[in-house]
Amino acid sequence: MKRTVKTLNLLAGVSLLLGVLGAPATAQDKPKELKIGITTFLSGPAAVFGEPGKAAAEMIAADINKKGGIGGVPVALSFVDEGAGGEALVSNYRRLVQDEKVDATFASISSGSCNQLVPLAEDLKMLNFMWDCGAASILEAKKYRYSFRSQANATPEMLAVLIYLLKTKPNFKTIAVVNQDYAWGRESWEIFSTALKQMKPDVQVVAELFPKFGAPDYSTEVSRLMALRPDVVFTTSWGGDLDTLVRQAGQRGLLQQSTFVLGIGESSIQRLGKDLPEGLIVGARGDHWFMHPEKKNDAAFKAFNEAFKAKTGSMPIYPVYHMAQAFAALQGAYDKAIKANGGKWPTREQVVDAAPNLEFVGFGRPVTLRAEDNQGLEAQLVGVTKRADGFNHMVLDNMMIFDAAKITAPAGQKSVEWLKTLKPDFAKMDVPVFQHGK
Amino acid sequence: MCGDRHGSPVPDLTSKLRVLMNSTLFVLASLDGLSYAALVFLVSVGLSLIFGVLRIVNVAHGSLYAFGAYLAATLSLLVTPISPWLTYPALLVASLVIGIVAGGLIERLLLSRVYGREEVLQLLITFAVFMIMDNLQRMIWGVQPIYAAEPLKLLPNVSIFGVSYTSYQVIVLPVVAVLALFGLRYFLRRTLMGSVILAVTEDREAATAIGINAQRVYLITFIIGATLAALGGALASPTTSLVPGMGTEMIVLSFAVAATAGLGQIEGTAITALAIGMARAFVIYLQPEFEVLVPYLIMVAVLLVRPEGLFGATKLRKI
Repeated sequence: MKRTVKTLNLLAGVSLLLGVLGAPATAQDKPKELKIGITTFLSGPAAVFGEPGKAAAEMIAADINKKGGIGGVPVALSFVDEGAGGEALVSNYRRLVQDEKVDATFASISSGSCNQLVPLAEDLKMLNFMWDCGAASILEAKKYRYSFRSQANATPEMLAVLIYLLKTKPNFKTIAVVNQDYAWGRESWEIFSTALKQMKPDVQVVAELFPKFGAPDYSTEVSRLMALRPDVVFTTSWGGDLDTLVRQAGQRGLLQQSTFVLGIGESSIQRLGKDLPEGLIVGARGDHWFMHPEKKNDAAFKAFNEAFKAKTGSMPIYPVYHMAQAFAALQGAYDKAIKANGGKWPTREQVVDAAPNLEFVGFGRPVTLRAEDNQGLEAQLVGVTKRADGFNHMVLDNMMIFDAAKITAPAGQKSVEWLKTLKPDFAKMDVPVFQHGK
Repeated sequence: MCGDRHGSPVPDLTSKLRVLMNSTLFVLASLDGLSYAALVFLVSVGLSLIFGVLRIVNVAHGSLYAFGAYLAATLSLLVTPISPWLTYPALLVASLVIGIVAGGLIERLLLSRVYGREEVLQLLITFAVFMIMDNLQRMIWGVQPIYAAEPLKLLPNVSIFGVSYTSYQVIVLPVVAVLALFGLRYFLRRTLMGSVILAVTEDREAATAIGINAQRVYLITFIIGATLAALGGALASPTTSLVPGMGTEMIVLSFAVAATAGLGQIEGTAITALAIGMARAFVIYLQPEFEVLVPYLIMVAVLLVRPEGLFGATKLRKI
């Protein structure tokens, strides 16, 4: 009897031990939380995008968790300041992956940061969504397995703005550019001017001005443009730089003299208030506008916008919607991978396998992650500023929403080479037009 | 896409210089250079004064500029509903508050402890202050650009050769800069306090021996320098967006101007600021790609030939 009891005790102990050992195996299958590392600007001038992006991430994560998480697993966020830049950013990214053991990353806003972190994510085999950086070259130069861009690149963004200009002001003869003197300012102008040369070769570029990034004064540029009197002034400046340029130009009558095209001006509309006149062409880096004509009656869209305003004091701008797209892509990839895995929690490799060809919806039209190069196909909204009752800032009117597939360089082709093949007829594509409030 | 005109040959330098000789463009570029130089002078002269007397290179000078700008904008936005004209006194009040409070605290709590110590220590302390103030600025005013243009909007525009300028830009800023220059000259050369400051600058030990309180002189000088930086920021606030990092931008340029002039040279700083402002404006008309480089090219060229700066005097070794 004694022996039997001993044997039973031993068996019970072994069972208990096996049970204990078995528990972590189950936990590994479905972790306690899904950790997401996010790089965003929390300091420096680009914090005008980074801080709203962070606020959006916190809101969206809270909402996902309220609904039970992704595949039943709550998400937890860690943020890294892109403003630190260079080596500090790389070290922090490594820390996120290797020490904090994040399951996915959203990196980054700056194309410079993406250039640094995308190859690193590849080395570390880390699922990464490039949530806001726009340089087309990153995904055109090399095929990556682990990084996906959950939004468009600069090519469709600039092409949409140019086609809008050609459709609405077809008779302009001269143009000048005032862009910030860094990669984005130069690259966006290269895309725009290359396409312009193809689609309207008779246009003269009368000045190419690249003031220093963060320049506090554009007086001389404004004087020069007033003397040159170009029909169109194009700029892809953003943040405080764009605000200063527009205000200094407005104070001296340049905004009335030339048609201004603000390539990514959507993010400044609320801040510029009544300093922004009517008639400026504004791009939105995607189909992003808090009064999106196809979404403005959507309950989730409206609720998100109002919640964001309650949290931050302003309506969302495009980086907020880009952040929402990154979350939608991550959730979509996990849902697809879980389904493909028979309902079980997937490995990272299975999630990565699920991402190509994934279609997801943030707060705009659906976005597709193109399988060939992991590039997101995102629609583009462009409009013109207009005064409207009930707003202390301009609204967008005569909005056109461009189909992503029509204005994105085909997979395998470099953007600039593709732009050189365009013909004037390209601008004649059919694009739906939406009026403000209708 | 490197030419000025699509499809046309790039105009050579000779033709560009011919364009420059066009009197219209010459006047336009000069006006742009003048207003830019006025702001740069106000900030640089404060930096130069502090170095001249305290022998400290104040890296936090850019933060004082930024704080002056942010406080001026805040006060302007507060008083505008009462009367937009109150924004002008608001600019002055903001400069004085920052100069006296922030400047006074920095000098008393930190710098007064490191006079005569290694230069690297002084530099590190002012750099630390710069970093702290930069973060403080973000905590107080956030990261979204702030703009308060009321003082500028109150004044009419003037048309010169068909190009519209704001009076604020071509009249107010240069006038304030000239007043600051002559006011500073008068203060240092015609008042008792000015003479005391010069005496301490010349020989601190001798000045102390005859009963001058050198600590007080340092405090007053630092406050004047800090107020000038804050005044530069306050006057810039109606013309530009206030953003994180704006102090960094200005401190780099101010160092270039002060170093080119020779640290401690007030009139030299004015002339150098004017030269750099003008050169920048003309370059934007002629060869805009070099806009960013111009101040630093001038600085390098001058320092290679005259390491003590354009107006700096070569010091004799005492021993």
